[in-house]
Amino acid sequence: MTQMTMVQALNAGLRRAMENDPKVLLMGEDIGPLGGVFRVTDGLHKDFGDLRVIDSPLAESGIVGTAVGLAMRGYRPVLEIQFDGFVYPAFDQIVTMVAKHHYRSGGITRMPMVIRIPYGGGIGAVEHHSESPEAYFAHTPGLRVLTPADAAEAYVTIQQAIASDDPVIYLEPKRRYWDRAEVDEVSAISGSPWTSRVLRRGSDVTLVGYGPMVRTCLEAADAAAEDGVSCSVIDLRSLSPLDVEPVADDVRRTGRCVVVHEAPVVLGVAAEVSAQVTEQCFFHLEAPVQRVGGAFLPYPPNRYEKHYLPDVDRVLDGIDRSLAT
Amino acid sequence: MNEDVVRLLSPEGERIEHEDYPLEADHDQLRAMYRDIVLARRTDVESTALQRTGELGLWCPVLGQEGVQVGAAHAMRSHDYGFTTYREVGMFQVRGVDPVELLHLYRGISHASWDPREVGLGIFTIVIGSHALHSVGYAMGIQRDGADDAVLSCFGDGATSTGDVHEAMVFASVFSAPVVFLVQNNQWAISVPVTRQARAPLSVRAAGYGMPSVRIDGNDVLAGLAVTRAALDRAREGGGPTFIEAVTYRRGPHTTSDDPTRYRDDGEVEHWASLDPLDRLRRYLEAEGAIDEEFTARVAAEAEGLGERLRAAIRGMEDPEPLGMFDHVYVEPHRQVQADRAAMQDYLASLELR
Ligand SMILES: Cc1ncc(C[n+]2csc(CCOP(=O)(O)OP(=O)(O)O)c2C)c(N)n1
Repeated sequence: MTQMTMVQALNAGLRRAMENDPKVLLMGEDIGPLGGVFRVTDGLHKDFGDLRVIDSPLAESGIVGTAVGLAMRGYRPVLEIQFDGFVYPAFDQIVTMVAKHHYRSGGITRMPMVIRIPYGGGIGAVEHHSESPEAYFAHTPGLRVLTPADAAEAYVTIQQAIASDDPVIYLEPKRRYWDRAEVDEVSAISGSPWTSRVLRRGSDVTLVGYGPMVRTCLEAADAAAEDGVSCSVIDLRSLSPLDVEPVADDVRRTGRCVVVHEAPVVLGVAAEVSAQVTEQCFFHLEAPVQRVGGAFLPYPPNRYEKHYLPDVDRVLDGIDRSLAT
Repeated sequence: MNEDVVRLLSPEGERIEHEDYPLEADHDQLRAMYRDIVLARRTDVESTALQRTGELGLWCPVLGQEGVQVGAAHAMRSHDYGFTTYREVGMFQVRGVDPVELLHLYRGISHASWDPREVGLGIFTIVIGSHALHSVGYAMGIQRDGADDAVLSCFGDGATSTGDVHEAMVFASVFSAPVVFLVQNNQWAISVPVTRQARAPLSVRAAGYGMPSVRIDGNDVLAGLAVTRAALDRAREGGGPTFIEAVTYRRGPHTTSDDPTRYRDDGEVEHWASLDPLDRLRRYLEAEGAIDEEFTARVAAEAEGLGERLRAAIRGMEDPEPLGMFDHVYVEPHRQVQADRAAMQDYLASLELR
């Protein structure tokens, strides 16, 4: 076991994937000698060279579009989009080409591609650097969407994403990039990443989060426990496919559910989780499923962040609303 | 047509020597190109007829553009790879795409149907310009393999205005990717003339990317062959990308849904009919003694047979099984697709019980 930040864990995971498979290559803006703006690819250009760690022109559609061709030629491109707000120039290639290609080709041509996107707020950034675009991708058939909650998860799931023969949108919660965790670099990678993880079992309320909000949910569960409220905490981890079964199982015991994310609540991932939980657990629910997340507005200037982003108090408020019914 | 184009065969079918593009095409290859144009044309005519009788939802006619398409496709080696639009019927013919398979798309039973590995042509996308980037990425893969294959990337004059084509040019040139861009400037993007895409000849743009360019007579199959071959060879030898603008004309409608009388004159169409690529190749081959009546009759009979085969295969073709639409969304099983498929299956079963 090694103590690592999420950035270091991703770096180690990428390195291991590149060592294991010569077809894995990285492409993105500033990922070469600089190591990426968050240093996730630090040292990889030096060790793997120009042909496998490609500093691309400044063109997101170009990055994803050329990766489609590389995948057709048998490569496994791992792409870095510098920030969430800059993925939209590539949106057409992702949604129209990457997501559909295996389907359109009648199963002949695979798109084993990983598109890494640092996402979410909480770092006091200027505009376009704090967005949560996950619902767009999770709404698109053909894509898989993964988001790690901590360094240990990041180390394992980035390798699983690269091993996937389907395209994966890999959303990295940038505010958790510098959180440390124990990472097991020795054991063989096992298990499926396409499942929810039950992190804590409680008896009163089921808290559901993913990515940056997992830590927030765990902290809220601690705070609630001090008030005598016992919470389960579930990390969705995979947003496509969604694995609602463990959530529903838990809600059948607790009767209450609170779903948390940074993105606007309306038509977001929590809306789908809420609908599925309601369908599956209608007669076990003691209260409507509560959603805690962003308001329906563009990501605000960062001095508003503390009000916009769900924090422990906002999650506790969601718990209170659930218990009040 | 502007005279500043590379032309190896005059509209009258006379051979013109060009010092940059010496061409030795033997009679077998010339005859093969003649046959390919005739058969592509037959697929075209037959498909329009099948659309008119309601057997196909749509067809994109190619009439007038087969010269450069067949010439350029003959310039490719078997391991080279091509990316096309919907309109490259001449290339599909040369590379061996079964026209019946091609029509599955327009019949609405699949989005694409051939195996790209077998014919060395990617399945095409209707989204204008997107595949220019795929071509460059594929070429970057060739570089990484250390192979001497090259990529031919085809699109229309309208596509040159898209951002993806611009980005493709940038990537291709800075990475020196082994790719040749072949633009068929057929003068129109549906109803919009090329003057709405560019104020200067399209080929001029290449200079800004540090890429050589050539303008060719797109109705001259020999120019298509010689210039594309030189560009592909340059690419495979590490010389980087080339931009070819083939000046040609779409004599039919944009698609079977289009009405070109709303935006262009018959006179223009007649002028281009006099520059027909097949007529000039035939005149040349006859003068050369490379073809005779027996040969042309044999090819015509083959075209008849192709027409019959297409009609027989497409007319009354059964619709696919409903659950087939769930196939291949993902490589590995995906919970949501499985759930939706099961729900559809139950629903269909419930209909049978009613
Ligand atoms: C991105 C996109 N926008 C619009 C269309 C609709 N459309 C289909 S073909 C076409 C014109 C294409 O012109 P050009 O690139 O010159 O090719 P041509 O059809 O003349 O061969 C348009 C506008 C499309 N398919 N894709």
